[in-house]
Amino acid sequence: MILRRTLLAAAATALALTSGAFADGHEKLKVGFVYVGSIGDGGWTYEHNQSRLAVDEAFGDKVETIYQESVPEGADAERVMTQMALSGAKLIFTTSFGYMDPTINVAAKFPDVKFEHATGYKTADNVSTYSARFYEGRAVQGHIAGKMTKTNKIGYIASFPIPEVIRGINSAYLHAKRVNPDVEFNIIWAFTWEDPAKEADAAKTLIEQGADVILQHTDTTAPLTVAAENEGVIGFGQASDMAQFKDGPRVSSIIDNWAPYYIDRVKAVMDGTWETVQTWDGIDTGMVEIGEITDRIPADIKAEAEAMIEAMRTGAYHPFTGPINKQDGTPWLADGEVADDGTLAGMSFYIEGLTGDIPQ
Amino acid sequence: MDWAAINPAFYVASVMVAATPLLLAAIGELVVEKTGVLNLGVEGMMIIGAVCGFITAVETGSPSLGFVGGALGGAALSVVFAVLTQFFLTSQVPTGLALTLFGLGASAMVGQSYVGIVPPKMPQLMSGAQLNAFERIVLGHDAMLYIGLAIPVAVWAVLRFSRLGLILRAVGEDHNAAHALGYKVMWIRFGAIVFGGACAGLGGAYLSLVRVPQWTEGMTTGAGWIALALVVFASWRPLLIILGAYIFGGIAILQLNLQAAGSTIPVEYLSMSPYVITIFVLVLLSALHKYGISRAQAPAMLGRSFHASN
Amino acid sequence: MYKLEKRPNPSNLWAYLTPFLALIATMIAGGIMFWMLGKPPVDAIRTIFWDPLFNEQFAAYSRPQLLVKAAPLILIAIGLSIGFKAGVWNIGAEGQYVIGALCGAAVALAAYPLEAWWIFPAMVIAGAVGGFMWGMIPAILKIKLGTNEILVSLMLVYVALELLSSMSVGVLRNPDGNGFPGSRNLQQYASAHNAEIWQGSSVHWGVVAAFSAVILAYVLMSKHRLGFQIKLAGAAPKAARFAGVNPHVITAVCLGISGALAGMAGMFEVAGPAGQVSIDFASGYGFTAIIVAFLGRLNPWGILAAGLLMSLTYIGGELAQFIIGLPASAISAFQGMLLFFLLAGELLVNYRIRRAAPRTVKEAA
Repeated sequence: MILRRTLLAAAATALALTSGAFADGHEKLKVGFVYVGSIGDGGWTYEHNQSRLAVDEAFGDKVETIYQESVPEGADAERVMTQMALSGAKLIFTTSFGYMDPTINVAAKFPDVKFEHATGYKTADNVSTYSARFYEGRAVQGHIAGKMTKTNKIGYIASFPIPEVIRGINSAYLHAKRVNPDVEFNIIWAFTWEDPAKEADAAKTLIEQGADVILQHTDTTAPLTVAAENEGVIGFGQASDMAQFKDGPRVSSIIDNWAPYYIDRVKAVMDGTWETVQTWDGIDTGMVEIGEITDRIPADIKAEAEAMIEAMRTGAYHPFTGPINKQDGTPWLADGEVADDGTLAGMSFYIEGLTGDIPQ
Repeated sequence: MDWAAINPAFYVASVMVAATPLLLAAIGELVVEKTGVLNLGVEGMMIIGAVCGFITAVETGSPSLGFVGGALGGAALSVVFAVLTQFFLTSQVPTGLALTLFGLGASAMVGQSYVGIVPPKMPQLMSGAQLNAFERIVLGHDAMLYIGLAIPVAVWAVLRFSRLGLILRAVGEDHNAAHALGYKVMWIRFGAIVFGGACAGLGGAYLSLVRVPQWTEGMTTGAGWIALALVVFASWRPLLIILGAYIFGGIAILQLNLQAAGSTIPVEYLSMSPYVITIFVLVLLSALHKYGISRAQAPAMLGRSFHASN
Repeated sequence: MYKLEKRPNPSNLWAYLTPFLALIATMIAGGIMFWMLGKPPVDAIRTIFWDPLFNEQFAAYSRPQLLVKAAPLILIAIGLSIGFKAGVWNIGAEGQYVIGALCGAAVALAAYPLEAWWIFPAMVIAGAVGGFMWGMIPAILKIKLGTNEILVSLMLVYVALELLSSMSVGVLRNPDGNGFPGSRNLQQYASAHNAEIWQGSSVHWGVVAAFSAVILAYVLMSKHRLGFQIKLAGAAPKAARFAGVNPHVITAVCLGISGALAGMAGMFEVAGPAGQVSIDFASGYGFTAIIVAFLGRLNPWGILAAGLLMSLTYIGGELAQFIIGLPASAISAFQGMLLFFLLAGELLVNYRIRRAAPRTVKEAA
């Protein structure tokens, strides 16, 4: 009698535990990923996909991931997200800023599906946003660039004049200038995230005009390929390590490491603890990783860079710490003052010292 | 704006590299159009050439073999166009567009596992940072660029002086008369189309092996269409293809240089400039033609299907 | 030996049969292609063609989506077909689409935040006029100077795309958008929103416009004198001139209509499904519409069917991507093949395959 009751109780508990562990009944949790580029781009989408694979590995049978690549922003994105939700996905990652309104629209139609929107600013009860503090990585790049350049000209291949890109330019410039007051930034606006021919041409042009360090906010390895053909030119991996260039121009990189965040959020859905948040993480949680600094960088500079990384990791150092003025001379940050997230999120001005205008 | 930052020697050398893919694709299309066929599939053939050339070079380790692979790829795709337009008598405009659509999709599929790989480097005649201006411009390039310059000259010579050239032109000007004279119009056009495909393939391979050099899907970004415009621009004269390609390439590279040197012209207008200028030149050429200053150049049979109805 | 003999009249039987045969041939060839990619061919074909229409999980949603996706394709293709029939090759519909969208959105954003009944019609007119003007550039150049309209309209596409980028971050940028590119979202602006007309149907004004265009084009081309003139100008230019048809008028009419329709399609799209002017707004509808026009054999009803078929391959293709893992590029290759087979099939409509009499060669004895 007692045994039977215990067994029943044990069975009931087991059942309760397992249904708690899975989001809906005993099915696998279906997680969807919407990509703006192709998984073979070697940069932005490639890293998101790598993180998806990490989720697959971390959860094994409990999770099924589906994805769709090269989804244009707009109506198509809305349809893709809806179809994923209809097919049973309970958590969907939308990995581009331009998916913002479609995500909100679809989220409203599927209140029990959770959405994670990358680099956006609109949230809802079932929509979270997440982004990475890439500007921390840019600070390191700027520091290394400023110290390593012999011609004092640094080339920057920028994509679109949006706050994220402008932040990157400002952060890199600030740190380059601090260690090298004579440094000059030459910026080319490619108006594309991914166009190898244009990026290669831009890199070539910058190098021809004297730059010996190339920074890029575009996604392919083309600039590094061009840098490899020119002696003495160094560059950095963008969004992914681009390690195949380690023997050549790539001296470090910014790696978008979404895996820990993704695994966290999947777990939260599984545990039922998911809540809408706005995450903006950097080196502190490992979302921004600085790729291995190669031996091409002298040991003392390497040590300085690593110290900066450590300081940002612990929160002791913030790349945008005053005194900093805006390009037109007006003061922005006082001595020791740290920039607030709000201003950074909508940054649309250059800091003092940068020549040229942001395209309007 | 720092004009001094723009180094003329570097600039000219870059323009030559940028112009070569356009030049190769355009000269191939010129030959095709001379026989009266309008192949709008240049973009598709170029990108197939880019991916085939890239894969061949990476797998064999030889960039030269890569170019052969690119030419074969472009030629193979053009065979589809040739069969459809010459044997199945399909309308040339949509067939060419279908070729482009298919070529873009097929190349992306085939090239999926080759993204991000660095191809073997094409050796240059002379290279290094210490070259002087003359050396850099004239001697500092790879073999394909020189071949690219030689092909239009060869085409010009063949069209102008040889019997083959005469036959090609005859077919393009009046295919019924050519047929009556006993020339196999269909096969002549077939051959021209395959030649055009091979050239477009070479142009595409140049993009993925020298100009960028890398493979990414859709990497031609409209170069095939520009090549088509260049044929009209050059009034179907082979030597003017070189001029046209260099002008277009020159503007495209110039706008990057202006940006890097800090020009105040808004970037969007600079990016638009190659296309706007192309329109202006086309308009200018038409005006010259209309007011009798230059003669009509388009082959009379351009775009018309031929069927021997006896 | 076989030879081709021209039919005195195009065969009606084959005209109806060819599209089906082409579709079946494409399914087979496509299946082989998918199999070579390592994907199950039958499942892939089924996901692309059957699931969007009948699968219980999706179909209720995807069926109306077919209309949403097909509407701009059909609207633009109708305009293009009129021109193609006349031998006026408008390859720049993508540019006219973008300019129409920009003009329509500009009207809406200028009127913001006013709510009034006339805003939406004004946007439609602005979109049509914008596309019309962009289409008239190659038209005027062709009329006045004989410049090739294929190339001018094509170059203008690139110019239009640069304008789109520039306006997305410049003049039309959302002032409340935290500095991010893209205009205000028109879906949230009631007077400007191209909303669905009946709840849950996804049918918006663009769909209505597309269907109306099909009917109007049918009437124009088969019943109206202008339609006859257009067809004549394309089929026999010399005869047309002899009959008093002014080629310049034909050019202007064709480019004007196709530009206006493409511009309207752009405006419906930006005010509806897309919602905002953004850098990536242009998704190639102008080029796909060319394919649709030919798939529909330049006939309004054919275009209606072809537009729906094409949008089926798009939507089915999307499903196939995340259900089967088919790469996105496989779908464009697939669509290219469909067009190849259809064009090849045209042969049977116009020509007959006959056994040629064996040629006897008299040998000198």
